[in-house]
Amino acid sequence: ARPHPTMSSIGTGYDLDVSEYSPEGKLFQVEYAHKAVESSGTAVGICCRDGVVLAVENIVTSKLYETNCNRRVFHIDRHIGMAASGLLPDARAVARHAREEAADYRQSHGEPMPLSELASRVSNLMHAYTMYSAVRPFGCGVLLAAFENGRPQLYGVEPSGVYYSYHGYAIGKAKQNARTEIEKLKLAELSAANGVKEAAKIIYSCHDEVKDKYFELDLSLTSAETAGRHVIVTGEQWTEASNYAKAALEEHDSDDDV
Amino acid sequence: MLADWTQQEVLTGTTIMAVEYNGGVVIGADSRTSSGTYVTNRTQDKLTPLTEYIYCCRSGSAADTQAIADHVRYYLDFSRISQGREPTVRYAAHVMQSILYNNRDNLSAAVIVAGWDEVNGGQVYCIPLGGLLVRQPMAAGGSGSTYIWGHLDAQFKPGMTDTECQEFVAKSVSLAIKRDGSSGGVCRLAVINRRRRTTAHYHARRFAKVVRWLN
Repeated sequence: ARPHPTMSSIGTGYDLDVSEYSPEGKLFQVEYAHKAVESSGTAVGICCRDGVVLAVENIVTSKLYETNCNRRVFHIDRHIGMAASGLLPDARAVARHAREEAADYRQSHGEPMPLSELASRVSNLMHAYTMYSAVRPFGCGVLLAAFENGRPQLYGVEPSGVYYSYHGYAIGKAKQNARTEIEKLKLAELSAANGVKEAAKIIYSCHDEVKDKYFELDLSLTSAETAGRHVIVTGEQWTEASNYAKAALEEHDSDDDV
Repeated sequence: MLADWTQQEVLTGTTIMAVEYNGGVVIGADSRTSSGTYVTNRTQDKLTPLTEYIYCCRSGSAADTQAIADHVRYYLDFSRISQGREPTVRYAAHVMQSILYNNRDNLSAAVIVAGWDEVNGGQVYCIPLGGLLVRQPMAAGGSGSTYIWGHLDAQFKPGMTDTECQEFVAKSVSLAIKRDGSSGGVCRLAVINRRRRTTAHYHARRFAKVVRWLN
C-alpha cells in the first residue's frame, strides 16, 4: 500500500501520479489542476463585432505590491494576446512556449501565426504535461485572442489540454456568473470599444468583495481599431472602463435598497 | 578517352521568367539542359509544381533544384494537412529560401517561386544564388536572362492582362534563347490563377513566329 497524505480526498490512492487513472477512468491530478484554476481570479474573453476583449480579475494579496507588476494578460505576438487564470508562474511558462511557437512560425513562414494553429500548439503542450509521472499538469487555463482577417477569434485551453473556439468564455472562480453575463450580451452588435467596458463590468460584478478585497483589472483589446494589434488597455480607456463598471455596480447595489 | 561533357555537371543554363498580373501569374522557361557543350535534354520542363497553385522555375544545377523542389513539396503537403488550407505563395517562397540560404555553400541553385493564393492573389518571389528573397512584379533568371534585361525593362508595364503577360513572357524567353547558348528548345509557358489553376502551353511554333517578328 502506498503512503498517502492524511487529508482525505475523493481520489485517494489514485491521485499521486498524473499518469495513473482511477478505476472510474479519471485523471485526478488533472482535475486538481482544474481546481487551481477555479480558485483563482476570473478571466473573461469576449468576441465583439470588430474585435476581441480580454479581461482578468487580478486578485492582489498585498498592498505592498507595485501596481501592474504581475499582469495576467500577456502579449504572445503582435496580433495575439493571452489571459490566464490559475497559477501565475504556470501561466508565464505557457506564455513563454506560446511566444516561442509564434515567433518561430513567423520566421519560418514569413507571416504571422494563425490563432487556430497557436491554440493547437498550446493545447498539445498542456496535454503533454498530463501524460508523464515526472511532470505535473499546468495549473492554469488560458484564453487566446486575435483579430484575423476581419474576424475576431477566441480560444480557451484548459489544464487537460482540451480547447475550443468561443464567442465568449470565462474561467476562474466566478466563471459561471461571468458566462451567464456574457450570454446576455448581443455580441454581434457590440463594438470592441464598448466590449472593453462590458468586460470590465462583468469582472466587477463577479468580484467577491468579501473574500478578495483588493484586485486589479487587467484589460486588453485586439480589434479593427488597433489594426489587429494586441493592445493592453491603460490610461484613459482603462479608467473609463473601470468607472463604467463601478457605476454599474453601484446602480445595481442601489436597486437592492428597497 | 571520355568526352569532356561526361565529366561536367548537368546544368540548366536556362532562361526563366515570371510575371504577376491581376488574378494570377504567368511563368515561362526554356527547355534546354546542358552538360558542358552537350545538350542532355532538349525538352526539359523547368516549371515544377510545388502545389497545384504554386510553381517554381528552376535554374542552376538540375540535381540540386530537383531535390530541393521535392523537399519543398513535402513541407507544403504537410502544411496543407495541418492547416486545412492551401499554403500561401509567401510560405512556399520562405521554405524554399530557408533551404537555399542555409545550404548556400553546397548548392548551385536559383529559383523563382510564383503562384496564386486566396490571401494575396498572384505573387512572384525571386530567390537568386545565395538565398535572397524578394517579391517582384516581374522576375527573370538564368544565364539567358542577362541578354534580355534591356528588353524586359523597356517592354514591361504594370497592369497587363494575362494574355498580354503570356505574349510578353513567350517573346522574352524566345529572345533569350536566340542569344544564349545555354538556353534553347522551346518556350514552356504556364498560367496560374484561381479558376484554371494551371495551363501549360508548349510553344514551339510560337518561338518560330517570334523569330519572324524580330527579323
